[in-house]
Amino acid sequence: MLETVLGLYNYWIVIVLMMAGFYTVIARGNLAKKVIGLNIFQTSVFLMYITMGAVEGGTAPIVGAGTTLYSNPLPSVLILTAIVVGVATTALGLALAVRIRESFGTLEEDEVLALEHRMDGEA
Amino acid sequence: MEQVIDIVLLAFMVVVALAMIHLRNLFAVVMLSGIFSLLSAALFVVMDAVDVAFTEAAVGAGISTVLMLGTLALTAREESPRPRRHALLPLAVVTVTGAALIYGTLDMPHFGDPDAPIHQHVAPRYIVDSPREVGPPNMVTSVLASYRGYDTLGETTVIFTAGMGVMVLLGGLRSRRRKRRDPASPGSDTGETRP
Repeated sequence: MLETVLGLYNYWIVIVLMMAGFYTVIARGNLAKKVIGLNIFQTSVFLMYITMGAVEGGTAPIVGAGTTLYSNPLPSVLILTAIVVGVATTALGLALAVRIRESFGTLEEDEVLALEHRMDGEA
Repeated sequence: MEQVIDIVLLAFMVVVALAMIHLRNLFAVVMLSGIFSLLSAALFVVMDAVDVAFTEAAVGAGISTVLMLGTLALTAREESPRPRRHALLPLAVVTVTGAALIYGTLDMPHFGDPDAPIHQHVAPRYIVDSPREVGPPNMVTSVLASYRGYDTLGETTVIFTAGMGVMVLLGGLRSRRRKRRDPASPGSDTGETRP
C-alpha cells in the first residue's frame, strides 16, 4: 500500500496540478489568468514526462567514468522542445490579451462578450 | 533521500498553484508563477533531467515571467472580483476529470522502475550507441540535434511563426496608443481604436 502510494505519488500530484491549471482556464474570466492557468497545466505535463523517464539509482544521461545506469534521455529531449514551444504559445496568447485589452478596454471575458454583443446589436 | 526531496517539492508546487488560483492580484500571481517554474526546475534536477532543468529555469522562470510582467504593464494588475455562481460547474468538471485520470494511473509503472516499458524501446539504443554514433557525451544533446533533428527544426518553425504572430498583433501599438491619447482622433470615445 505504502509502496503504491510512493510509487504513484508523482503522477497524482501531476494530476492535481493539471486540474488546478484546467480549473483556472475554465472558471476564471480574466484572460491573463487563463494564460497562467495554461502554463500550470503545461508544467504538470512536463513533470509527468520527466517522472516517467527517471530510473531509480540512475544518473543524468551524460557519459561519465564509472556510471552504467542512466535515466532515459528521450523524455528530456521531448520536454526541452515542449518548454520552448510553450513559451512561444504563451507569448502569442499574451499578445492576443494585450490586443483585446486595447480594443475593448478590459481583460474580463464576460465584459468583452457583452461589449461584442452590444456592437453586433448596433451594426 | 531523493524521494523525500521529491515529495516536499511537489507539495510546495501544489501550495503555490492553489495560491495562484486564489489570488486576484495578477502581479503576485506572476511572481508565484516564477516560483512555480523554479520549483519544477529543482524537481527536474532531482529526477536527473538536468538539461530540462536549466531550460525551465531560464525560459520558464525567466522569459515567461518577463513576458507576463510586460503584459501586466500594458493591461491591468487586478483581476475583477466575479460572482461565484458559476464556480460549481467547473469544479465538478475538474473533479470528475481528475478522478478519471487518477484511476488511469493505478496500473502505471511505479516511479523509478527500471523495467518500465518506456525504458525498453529506443532509449537503450540512444544510451549505448549515441556516444559512438554522434559524439557528444551528453545523450540529450545527441538525440536533440541528431536523431530527432527534424523535431528541433519543427520547433524553430513554431517559434518563428509565434514571433511573427506577436509582431503582427502588437505592431504599431505605440502609435495607436498615442493616437488614442489625442482627443481629436475619431473613435476614441468608444474604446474602439482599430485604425
